Amino acid sequence: MDLDALGACLTTSSCVVTQTTSGLIVGMLLFLVAAGVTLIFGVLKIVNFAHGTFYMLGGYVAYSTLGATDSYALAVLAATLAMALFGIVFERALISRVYGSNVLMQLLVCYAVVLIFDDVVKIVWGPEFHAMGMPPAFQVPPLFIAGGVVPPFYAVLIGIAALIAIVLGLGLSMTRFGKTVRAAAVNSQMVSALGVNTTLLFAIVFAMGGGLAGLAGALAAPVRSLSPGMGFSVLIESFIVTVIGGMGSIVGALVSALVIGMVRGFGTIGFPKFTDGLIYIVMIAILLLRPQGLFGRSS
Amino acid sequence: MKHRPALREAVITAIALIVVLAIPLVHHSPAFEDFIIRLSAMALFATSLNLLVGNTGMVSFGHGMFYGLGAYAFALTMQLTELSLPLAAVLAIAITALAALCVGAICVRLSTDYFAFITLAFQMLIYSVIISWQSLTGGDQGLRGGLPRREIFGFELGSQLHLYQFSAVVAVLGLLALRHISASPFGQTLRMIRDNENRTGFLGVVLWRARLWAFTIAGAFAGLGGVLAALFVSGAYPELADWPNSGQAIFAVMLGGINSFLGPVVGAAILLALNDVVTRFTEYYGLVLGVVILAFALGLRRGVLDFLRFAWPRGSK
Repeated sequence: MDLDALGACLTTSSCVVTQTTSGLIVGMLLFLVAAGVTLIFGVLKIVNFAHGTFYMLGGYVAYSTLGATDSYALAVLAATLAMALFGIVFERALISRVYGSNVLMQLLVCYAVVLIFDDVVKIVWGPEFHAMGMPPAFQVPPLFIAGGVVPPFYAVLIGIAALIAIVLGLGLSMTRFGKTVRAAAVNSQMVSALGVNTTLLFAIVFAMGGGLAGLAGALAAPVRSLSPGMGFSVLIESFIVTVIGGMGSIVGALVSALVIGMVRGFGTIGFPKFTDGLIYIVMIAILLLRPQGLFGRSS
Repeated sequence: MKHRPALREAVITAIALIVVLAIPLVHHSPAFEDFIIRLSAMALFATSLNLLVGNTGMVSFGHGMFYGLGAYAFALTMQLTELSLPLAAVLAIAITALAALCVGAICVRLSTDYFAFITLAFQMLIYSVIISWQSLTGGDQGLRGGLPRREIFGFELGSQLHLYQFSAVVAVLGLLALRHISASPFGQTLRMIRDNENRTGFLGVVLWRARLWAFTIAGAFAGLGGVLAALFVSGAYPELADWPNSGQAIFAVMLGGINSFLGPVVGAAILLALNDVVTRFTEYYGLVLGVVILAFALGLRRGVLDFLRFAWPRGSK
């Protein structure tokens, strides 16, 4: 515990700006992953324990694409599309076989995929840590905001994630497809009876979730190191985000991802060793006081 | 009539114990003894989890916290006090049971999915307490310095053979106790809750109380498994209380079969054996384990013992 340091930080604008941006980075990346988890759970009632694997593979695909083409935009695109495709294959080949069976069977299948792809990554890219480094386009002097140093890439990352959040939110509430998805979340059998191809819908939802996680991995690659097993901590955190925000709620995922990002950003100064513990306490409190989460509908 | 199954089980247990204890006399193999010691800890851990998962229908994702707590409580008691080994073990189990009672009191009223998540959250909370409370637990380095060696009943647990015998006896007695609990009227009540909690409630069973008892008992036996683990590694490590360890127990339960009492033991044996064999040939243990799990989950769709009972239903005796 170092509350003095936290107090000192909160009163200097440069420290506030730096910690807020790092909190926003954490929060936005978490949101991209958690949005997929919450979307898949909302529509398919499947807790995708393999979601961290999408994030990890997204990071590695971006790493290799950048190495091959020197274009970061292409790398991000490749990671997103590859993981969307992977999501469809994963849903069709494995998850569709355990719809309706108990949650442990689903956990087992997902965890098997996690284990397999952690090793596949080791075989293809090696067990060591990889650093992608800042893409050439972003190797420019940092921005100075109120005395705090903000690398331009951070601003771009936050911007992209915010854009996705808006598109996703508006898309789900305004478009016909979004309405179908929300209807399927309430009662997928009825939606199917009304003539919507739910098999296709489920595959698309999985593709969206996978694509978002792949995008998050690609965006995270320049600021974090790549290693087999990197998906795991992200997975746990995105579960916390979905539980706190409410299973199935995109707005909830955004808000709670940002809250966790901020706790991360400032917690590392105030209580460096117990930041995680703090987040778990919040999660327990939410589950007890409001089990459906902040923005979830009570069933 | 009523006593016969208990007698039959006691006889089977005695025979199993004699066979296990006799093996080192015939063929002394450190690797095998090592395996049995680890299996003892893991079998207690997984079987206690199955009291929740298979018997009561409570899917706990955080059972590893009690395994880890048992190990830490035991190792710390041994290091900080002069208590004899059995007393330290009993104290460790009591501490774990108390912790399970407290955590359970908060968790057991939540419905399935939320119960799974809140147990996971508690486990991660305890894990981060272990990591951050460095002065007591040694943080992420684990509790080192070894356990003081104290002889009990002529056993010296520093010797592998004695630890082997001790673990086997403890595990078999622990499993027997769990077997009795699950076959008792209380165990029947738990299965009734699993199958239809509304009806059970209508019959006058206080659901949360029965669940809390099950959670506490399961925690206590996981703590006993943790004590064996602490003896094996001569200390305690945060990994014992970490998420993947709970995952191991869940796999053991699922691989062996949730509806057979010995399922988790078989599952634990498969997991440990797979680990020992595969790591000898390849470093890609996860790949092999993942494929095996997929084969079970999508092929058999149930654990080994459950599958055997499904494929060859036992005729009426």
